[in-house]
Amino acid sequence: MAERRNDNKKEPWRDPSAQAYVQIENVTKRFGDFVAVNNVSLKIYQHEIFCLLGGSGCGKTTLLRMLAGFEPPSSGRILIDGKDMADTPPYERPTNMMFQSYALFPHMSVAKNVSFGLEQEKLPKAQIASRVEEILDIVKMREFAGRKPHQLSGGQRQRVALARALAKRPKLLLLDEPLGALDKKLREQTQFELINIQERLGVTFVVVTHDQEEAMTLASRIGVMNRGEIVQVGTPSEIYEFPGTRFVADFIGSVNMFEGQLIEDLPDRVRIRSAELGGVVYVDHGISAAPGAVVWAAIRPEKINISRTAPADAAENCVSGVVKEIAYMGDLSIYLVKIASGKMVRVTLPNTERLSDHERILWDENVFLSWHSSSPVVLSQ
Amino acid sequence: MKRRHWFSKTGLWLGLSFLYLPIVSMIVFSFNNSRLVTVWDAPNSPTLKWYGELFRNEQILGAAWLSIRIAAMTATGAVVLGTLAGLVLARFGPFRGRALLSGMTTAPLVMPEVITGLSLLLLFVALEQLTGWPEARDAATITIAHITFSMAYVTIVVQSRLAGFDNSLEEAALDLGARPAKVFFRITLPLIVPAIMSGWLLAFTLSWDDVVVSQFVAGPGSTTLPMVIFSKVRLGVSPDVNALATIMVLIVATGVVTSAIWMRRQERRRDREMQMAAAANK
Amino acid sequence: MARPSIPKPTARLLSGRLGPWWELFYRFGPPRWTTYMRHNWAGKRLVIAVPYLWLLLFFLGPFIIVFKISFSEVRLAMPPYAPLWQWVTEKAIDVHLNLGNYLFLLTDDLYVSSYLYSLKVAAISTVFCLLIAYPMAYAMARSSPATRNIYLMLIILPFWTSFLLRVYAWIGLLKNNGVINNVLLALGVIDEPITMMQTDFAVFIGIVYSYLPFMILPLYSNLEKHDFTLLEAAADLGAGPVTSFLRVTLPLSVPGIIAGSLLVFIPAVGEYVIPSLLGSSDQLMIGRVLSDEFFANRDWPVASAVAIAMLLLLMVPIMLFQHFQSRELAGAK
Repeated sequence: MAERRNDNKKEPWRDPSAQAYVQIENVTKRFGDFVAVNNVSLKIYQHEIFCLLGGSGCGKTTLLRMLAGFEPPSSGRILIDGKDMADTPPYERPTNMMFQSYALFPHMSVAKNVSFGLEQEKLPKAQIASRVEEILDIVKMREFAGRKPHQLSGGQRQRVALARALAKRPKLLLLDEPLGALDKKLREQTQFELINIQERLGVTFVVVTHDQEEAMTLASRIGVMNRGEIVQVGTPSEIYEFPGTRFVADFIGSVNMFEGQLIEDLPDRVRIRSAELGGVVYVDHGISAAPGAVVWAAIRPEKINISRTAPADAAENCVSGVVKEIAYMGDLSIYLVKIASGKMVRVTLPNTERLSDHERILWDENVFLSWHSSSPVVLSQ
Repeated sequence: MKRRHWFSKTGLWLGLSFLYLPIVSMIVFSFNNSRLVTVWDAPNSPTLKWYGELFRNEQILGAAWLSIRIAAMTATGAVVLGTLAGLVLARFGPFRGRALLSGMTTAPLVMPEVITGLSLLLLFVALEQLTGWPEARDAATITIAHITFSMAYVTIVVQSRLAGFDNSLEEAALDLGARPAKVFFRITLPLIVPAIMSGWLLAFTLSWDDVVVSQFVAGPGSTTLPMVIFSKVRLGVSPDVNALATIMVLIVATGVVTSAIWMRRQERRRDREMQMAAAANK
Repeated sequence: MARPSIPKPTARLLSGRLGPWWELFYRFGPPRWTTYMRHNWAGKRLVIAVPYLWLLLFFLGPFIIVFKISFSEVRLAMPPYAPLWQWVTEKAIDVHLNLGNYLFLLTDDLYVSSYLYSLKVAAISTVFCLLIAYPMAYAMARSSPATRNIYLMLIILPFWTSFLLRVYAWIGLLKNNGVINNVLLALGVIDEPITMMQTDFAVFIGIVYSYLPFMILPLYSNLEKHDFTLLEAAADLGAGPVTSFLRVTLPLSVPGIIAGSLLVFIPAVGEYVIPSLLGSSDQLMIGRVLSDEFFANRDWPVASAVAIAMLLLLMVPIMLFQHFQSRELAGAK
């Protein structure tokens, strides 16, 4: 795990005395025989942007819908602000949700959509009007207040949906794939706007997404879900740099995985002999696994060096191979190198300089791959 | 591919002429002077004689008025019950007995009318024996019978309209603090208004048109317009029926054409607005 | 579908007060609750109950009564049937279960031949309906959206005008001195009028004519959803128009064909108005037989037996229709 920074106020999850705003305790949801959410426990703190990340059908949306109150948990309980939500219907919860489809009421204008929630609170008319204007200002949609949803573009609808969900000033905002329906450019731009709005209003966000880039940009913490279970919770960099399982390593970014056996297991260093690699991986930090156990060394493609000549210390953390594929992506290039065992190793190199063809490593060249002893992550499951 | 298109196009026009041939002939002969409906009495036609006769026919006018009242009540009742059933089937998820409800709402669509009529009459008779109600069969029993078979159509229309809408609209309203009853009246109901309107008209037409079921459940004092027409035409063709048919076709055609034009306009405006919204995004 | 847990003390209290009734009531409620429904369960059940009870009372209930009466004997009274059971003493019931009505149906030629004739007429009419409707629906689905709506309106318009009057109009056309014969005579195609009224032909015409929209609409709504790039793909792969129709369009439109056919066939079997107005009185369709038994002979038990037998005959097609209907509605989501 990463070096601990207990004193950091911005990371309440490191503080054991901090009070969680949302507590999910052993929650399971079954639909017939299908277990959508399996014994999930989570703590989400105030002012967080917590992303639930996972593939389709992993249970992330079901978990969100349980927070909103649309589905009751089959077992376990959900506490929001210390209060058990079991008997609280959605219309009495301190949460609001932004739907994946936006779910804008097609027969109401933008202003009416936004004021709908406020009208339910029976606020005075003048106050509703000023709150609507204020929130439409925040999402920059004030001039469209009189339009109907079908008169808006996709990005505008997204803003209205956000405004409608924020209008009641919920403590907890649930966002189901908030940017899923937008095109790539608009998505990037909107991500930062979302963060700005969240910081300005101090709302706690729980975001469901299948897009790891989106999760990395938005989240203060990410909960990776697979088959109804939370497999890992951590900050984006923790999840990326220190994945806890092979699933997480593989799901977030790309990774080269070498299966091997522990041959040396000391508190400050580990050696793994891997037949797949045809060599030894030396790692400069300890892990917890039985000696002789089967483990996997995971190395990110950007943490591997590629060179024509063998590095100085070639005994460990080094392997040779032949370049089989090169993909030029503009900002970086991806190399697929076939090593002796037949395994393809993925390497990315940033294109920091303009190289002419004879300087650049090309197809069918023999190359050496090497990495620093801090780079591999050892995974036992 | 062009060739087959030509073939089906011809088929379409032949089929349409088949559909309209009898209607057109009825309209034409409603202006014929002769009592022999099919022989064109050229010297004295066209004439409005049969229209005049129609409007002097107390029996037909009375029956028409009764039919209109029954049809309006039927349509209203069927819309209430059918909307509830459609809502339950489209939105309430699985519950015990759902299959039976769905069966009971689709079966009337194809149930032969004689069976529906017979069974309802026997029910009324049995009810009368048990409870003393209905003492006599009249407009009320006809209305109940008509509601029963026409609510199925309303259910289907409402259900398929609701199926076209995302469940999340109602969830969003709940999430924003509206209670279920309010969600229904503020969100669901406005969305299905078009379905409810067409369901109402459909139920009205079905009731207005029905002769078989009415024959079974009607009492001596309650003769609906289709029953009058049926007994008239069983005895032979009569020209004032042609006049009546012409009036009905005229009313229906005006209604259908206006609503089609209105809908087309709405749709066009909507399309244009959506295009503009999409263009503004670029 | 987990049962919601009602708080134990509440449940105990309620079952103590209301005994097994509470259990029964609770058990037959909607099993899958979302939280808001749990809070609104009274309202939700009311919404379910209203149409449910109506249909139970006025749709399902009558069939049970028809079924019951089909086993009783006819008698001269009002109502004209004998009760199935009577309290002989306080404890004994005397049940008169009379299968005679059904035996009568099976042994009397009139009924068997009427059933067969009805099935034949309905089947032939359905086939003709399909043959006429398919090209029409196809042409509609292939035209531009604007003209499509006009065609749709033209198809639906007759449906909104009185069915009875439209059948009646055919009398004027088909009679011996009717429009068709007059035109053909005037053109010299025929020398003497063809008898068309009170023939099977007239009944076919009447049924095909009246039920045509019911065949066109499901077919159209199926064909309209077809992705016509499929035909382009088939053409691209070397299929001629006929092959791609037979191998792509036709198989894909089977659900529409079945739905339309059932919508025509099932009511046509029990059709009453059309054969009464256009058909002959020598060979009766079963709907006519039923109504004659009921109105003319006042034999309610036999009429009931005829109805039950007809229902049994149509059970399979009706269930098939329901299957397709619910699939269609589920697919719309």
